[in-house]
Amino acid sequence: MIRDAAIYGADAVMFDLEDSVSLKEKDTSRFLLFNAIKTLDFGDLETVVRINSLDMGGIDDINAMVRAGIKVIRLPKTETAQDVVEADEAITAAEKQCGRELGSTRMMAAIEGPTGVLNAPAIALASKRLIGIALGAEDYVTSMKTRRFPEKNGEELFFARSMILHAARSAGIAALDTVFSDINDMDTLRKEAELIKQLGFDGKSVINPRQIPVVNAVFTPTQKEIDNALAVKAAIAEAESKGSGVIALNGKMIDKPIVDRAERVLMLAKAAGLAVEE
Amino acid sequence: MGKVVIKHQATAGTAESSDIQIVIDGNDNGVDINLVSSVENQFGKQIRKVIRETLDHLGVENAKIVAVDKGALDCTIVARVTAAVMRSADQNKDYDWEALDTWNA
Amino acid sequence: MKTNKVGRQIPDEIAEKYGVFEGQFARKLTYTKDAAKVTNVLPGESKLVDTIHDAILKTGLKDGMTISFHHHFREGDKVMNMVLAEIAAMGIKNLSLASSSIANVHEPLIDHINNGVITNVTSSGLRDKVGAAISHGIMKNPVVIRSHGGRGRAIEEGSIHIDVAFLGAPSSDEYGNANGSHGKATCGSMGYARVDAEFADKVVIITDNLVPYPNTPISIPQNHVDYVVVVDSIGDPDGIAKGATRFTTNPKELLIAQNGAQAIIESPYFKDGYSFQTGTGGSTLALAQYLADEMRKRQYKASFALGGITSPMCTMLEEGLIEKIIDTQSFDKGAAKSMKDNANHYEISASFYANPGNKGAAVNMLDVVVLSALEVDTDFNVNVMTGSDGLIRGASGGHCDAGAGAKLTLIMTPLIRGRIPTIVDHVNTVITPGESIDIVVTEIGIAINPKRQDLIDAFKNSTLPQYTIQELRDKAYAVVGEPEPIQYNDKVVAVIEYRDGSVIDVVYGVDQ
Repeated sequence: MIRDAAIYGADAVMFDLEDSVSLKEKDTSRFLLFNAIKTLDFGDLETVVRINSLDMGGIDDINAMVRAGIKVIRLPKTETAQDVVEADEAITAAEKQCGRELGSTRMMAAIEGPTGVLNAPAIALASKRLIGIALGAEDYVTSMKTRRFPEKNGEELFFARSMILHAARSAGIAALDTVFSDINDMDTLRKEAELIKQLGFDGKSVINPRQIPVVNAVFTPTQKEIDNALAVKAAIAEAESKGSGVIALNGKMIDKPIVDRAERVLMLAKAAGLAVEE
Repeated sequence: MGKVVIKHQATAGTAESSDIQIVIDGNDNGVDINLVSSVENQFGKQIRKVIRETLDHLGVENAKIVAVDKGALDCTIVARVTAAVMRSADQNKDYDWEALDTWNA
Repeated sequence: MKTNKVGRQIPDEIAEKYGVFEGQFARKLTYTKDAAKVTNVLPGESKLVDTIHDAILKTGLKDGMTISFHHHFREGDKVMNMVLAEIAAMGIKNLSLASSSIANVHEPLIDHINNGVITNVTSSGLRDKVGAAISHGIMKNPVVIRSHGGRGRAIEEGSIHIDVAFLGAPSSDEYGNANGSHGKATCGSMGYARVDAEFADKVVIITDNLVPYPNTPISIPQNHVDYVVVVDSIGDPDGIAKGATRFTTNPKELLIAQNGAQAIIESPYFKDGYSFQTGTGGSTLALAQYLADEMRKRQYKASFALGGITSPMCTMLEEGLIEKIIDTQSFDKGAAKSMKDNANHYEISASFYANPGNKGAAVNMLDVVVLSALEVDTDFNVNVMTGSDGLIRGASGGHCDAGAGAKLTLIMTPLIRGRIPTIVDHVNTVITPGESIDIVVTEIGIAINPKRQDLIDAFKNSTLPQYTIQELRDKAYAVVGEPEPIQYNDKVVAVIEYRDGSVIDVVYGVDQ
């Protein structure tokens, strides 16, 4: 499976050394991933590894993965900004030791409990390496004495999702949503992806390649959205060529948020592999 | 890397497809490899070579290896042999990644 | 040694006997049809015989003759083992076995070969244990591997003359009218058996379901049948036809299917009224679903679907996405049932399906065929016969027939299976020549045969990742390494006949 990671159209692939690996096999998994990342060709795929907590073998994980050339390290169960700082320091030490460019290893922090959710704004600002924060919902709902209700719009996650989004947006990094674990229920997965797109998330973690097209389809702009974005861009270009200060499209004024949204739509369309003629 | 002495028998890997299970034990004189592989005809020589080279790099001079291969890639074989050697030498943390990195392709 | 068109060295003795392969349409065949010996049946005479033993006696089967069976019962077949056990017990030796194919369940054949009951074999396929035994050299004479169409040709032209055909039938009447649609263990089409019934001197129908005269529909007509034997069971229904065909959830297979479907949809052949054939593997079934989705969207109908038929095809027939199905082999219970219930699901013989020597086979009318492969080489030659360990384990089937007939032939295969690369420098055994193959589809993208410049042009703006076949091989080797060549011995254990009767390859033995 590791060697096929690049073929399914995901933007990033996350390997796990943490919860999906039994305590007895932490060493073998680490060696396996170390060798795999060093040898296999992952193309343009962003490689991410979920490491163990620093006191549970995470230091060896960091030393092995930074050296192997992983692009992003995902810290599990982040509770405070200090957790991020400690991991950042360990990564810096590893980068120095193997001669890798300082700061080239990026980080993601997974927030998986109520303390982490409440500390999200500080966590999101704790390291320059951070490219995003992510919600890990399974542990979170258990701590909150509930469970997941994806069929009921996931209201149990509304606060956590909102906190993480606000923290991420305020810090200027990405916000990523939790996994959906029933790999045979594509309808509910689609609904959940639509919900988190509506909230403003940048993406969603998946656990099976079959989930990728479903999530990608939700995040891919419709032709109508693309056409509208292109019209916005054309209106700007026309206004600029005329030296006009006020830009309007179909009688509506175009202001900065509209321009930003148009650009985001076009960026997503290109990322989805759609042919966009500007 | 310095010499590694096998203290006791150790196992790493599984008998699942695309994996290799390595059982390592002490040996008096040199390295003995007993390999059963689903791809013996096509890759038997290569698998033995990778096992032997990995042991060399790790500084293991004497070992008995029983390997059951189900079509593992070379990088998997290196990883499983390394893990088995470390386990047999009771080394379970603070590995010398720098040393491992130097010879690992 | 003589070198044939696909670069294979054919030993002189074999080259002289069969001629070597010179190109997919190099032979223009003309033959006088072989005649079957007929002994008439008068009013009042019964064809019913009590036991297989008595039937064998009545047929006059003797040492050195040729017998045949069909493989419509696949892994559920009991007929061949039953008959061969009786023949062996009667002390008849030195027979030629001309089955349409041989399955795992026919493992007792190994003993019959070792004991000299069977001394020559021709078949489409030889599965794991029998195939391995043949590769290990249990036979003095090489097995002759023939495609479904090639077997039809060989029987019609008399290269194979069947003395006695033992044909299992899910239902028959006392006069031998037989079909595969009714009975305890149904198999649907009896396309392979129809050739045997027409050209064998003696035809014995073996059934476990005797029905009142006349039994219809008539797949095998009474005028070809000499004797009818009723036994307790002709086979295990679940081995004969699997229940509902399951769709794959393997993401890599789905990805291959998606790429394959896109290749077909973007090809010039995908239009209203096109025709197609797909295989029965996980990827091909998924591919059919992707095609169906697109056909609904564009309101296309396929004029016909051909070949080995599975229930998803029949669902498309019912939905109106396919106008007609023409069926030589029904692969599951749904397909068998569809043939029974749906007048647009039509049974044809193997010769009708694929014989290159007759006055026009159904494969000639195909637009698109999707086939599988154990190996493909950089000349696009395909192996579906020998495993990567060099042992015989597959079947020629209709692979080279459909490949030659269709306007667009796709091979769907993963780049690698386990540690075994699928795209290689040289396949172990050539079954279908590269000139028949147009596009190879893998999980990472496609390779178009350079001889199809028209297709290369058609795919110029496709979003499908495109590679040369050499690039695909390099990518496979980069992951797994380059395999060592198989160590064969110098004994020819199988001759691979191309559908036109020429030799496309030989298989050498492997020491145990």
